[in-house]
Amino acid sequence: MSKEKIQICPEFYDIMPPEYRDLVEQATYGKEGRGWKDIGQSKELIEDHSLCAGCPESMAFRYILASLPNPEDTVMVGSTGCTSLVFPHVAVHNIHSLFGNQNAVASGLKRALSVRFPGRIKDVVVLAGDGATVDIGLDMTLQAWFRQEKFTTICFDNELYANTGGQESGLMRKGFVAKMAPVGKKFEKVRLPEIARESGCAYVVNCTVSKPNLVEKVIRNAVLIAREIGPTYLQLYTPCILEIGKNSMEGLQEMRDSEKPGERFRYYEYVTDSAKQFLAELEAKEKQTAAAAIEG
Amino acid sequence: MTDYRVVPGPEAYFTPSAARMGVVLPEPGEAHIEGVIVPEEKAMEYAARKLLDAKNPTLHPGPLVLWNWNEKAAKKAKAIKVLAECIPARIIPMPDYRPKYPKINPDVEINPNHPNLTIWHNKEDVCLFVGVHCHQANLSLKIIRGGTDCFTIAMCAQAGHEDAMLSFRDATAEKILRLAEWVSKLKGVPFVRPVDEKARGDGGDRYSDNVFVKLADGG
Repeated sequence: MSKEKIQICPEFYDIMPPEYRDLVEQATYGKEGRGWKDIGQSKELIEDHSLCAGCPESMAFRYILASLPNPEDTVMVGSTGCTSLVFPHVAVHNIHSLFGNQNAVASGLKRALSVRFPGRIKDVVVLAGDGATVDIGLDMTLQAWFRQEKFTTICFDNELYANTGGQESGLMRKGFVAKMAPVGKKFEKVRLPEIARESGCAYVVNCTVSKPNLVEKVIRNAVLIAREIGPTYLQLYTPCILEIGKNSMEGLQEMRDSEKPGERFRYYEYVTDSAKQFLAELEAKEKQTAAAAIEG
Repeated sequence: MTDYRVVPGPEAYFTPSAARMGVVLPEPGEAHIEGVIVPEEKAMEYAARKLLDAKNPTLHPGPLVLWNWNEKAAKKAKAIKVLAECIPARIIPMPDYRPKYPKINPDVEINPNHPNLTIWHNKEDVCLFVGVHCHQANLSLKIIRGGTDCFTIAMCAQAGHEDAMLSFRDATAEKILRLAEWVSKLKGVPFVRPVDEKARGDGGDRYSDNVFVKLADGG
């Protein structure tokens, strides 16, 4: 599928709402070198969102959509949480699964797509909150990794259950007091990146979404490695500014503070040898193509 | 045979599905009017009359005909445009089924999750759905019956809809043009079928099927 597939019948062109005409004319599908810099110029990269003002998750969502290497052939699997309020605005195929089931749904989907479209590249990307990934859906998350299912799992880690008022989650840091967890968390934050590594993920990254270039790179790497080698996992810090008592403008600074050395969201990357080799080959190919383009 | 009639609402907040009330779907060659099975031609005439009598007749094409998926969709789109011009009726699209937040613009689109907003806003008294996937059409038709007094017509490409007040089945471009032909007939004006530009090739005499006949034939 590509932009050619999403044409409006000429008879109805004038009566279609403007955002659909814009989607057909301006969408970045198939565009060479699409990325986060297209945000703000293309409606399909979430022009309006339904999250709170200044929510870092809205930034993360946009970066992810802009960085997908193959958006027209990508299916995203969501779960209950703030992300489910954004998915209706997303011009990429997406499925809303029951709370916690996202990795099980994605496993079946990925397999079905490879049977249905054997000659085509179809990417599956799971995008869920920490409650769905680590608490309610931990079984499904781990089992998908154990089975080496070839898709990317992205966890938007805001360290609590945000849209239900601030309950304790497995990824909440020790000692944190939330509105609905008044005694403070008594246990350490679950170390899911390490668990992902031990469970067989070929590429694992723990970071914030404060740097769009970095997010673009890790999303692209994660999707491409998942396509060729095995499961990949990204844990992205998207703080809930409401639940941690910050203002709309303070989300970015909160992420910057949390990624300093020694902090819980300092950049952490794990890449298997085969994934490293794959990335090196990819880079070499890209350099070759770029050199050929300059010569040509 | 049930006594229940699928008539314009508002029926109730929890509208019972017409199927639950005993309304059954028509067989091929048939249609239903308010839940009563009738021959298709009778329903054609009834639908044409309803559309002509309406103050604000509106056609709601769905994704299956709005988007140029294939030749079949393109032909249906042409036929719907002809029908709209014959009546004349307004066209308000249902481009997709996403539950849009915070709200849709009812002036320019209809959404299956709250179709009543568009019906109310535009004061539609008769509307026709075409090219909407059946499960979304069922949802829309039930909500409209529950909360509005609009007469709903379904031009369904599958087996029809019990929850519409009038439903055709196995819709094709030809069937949509037949309805347009009925509208013209009742208005007492000649009906001119569109030419299939795509099939106009060497000599200009070949047409892909019998739906689009030459203007010169006056068919």
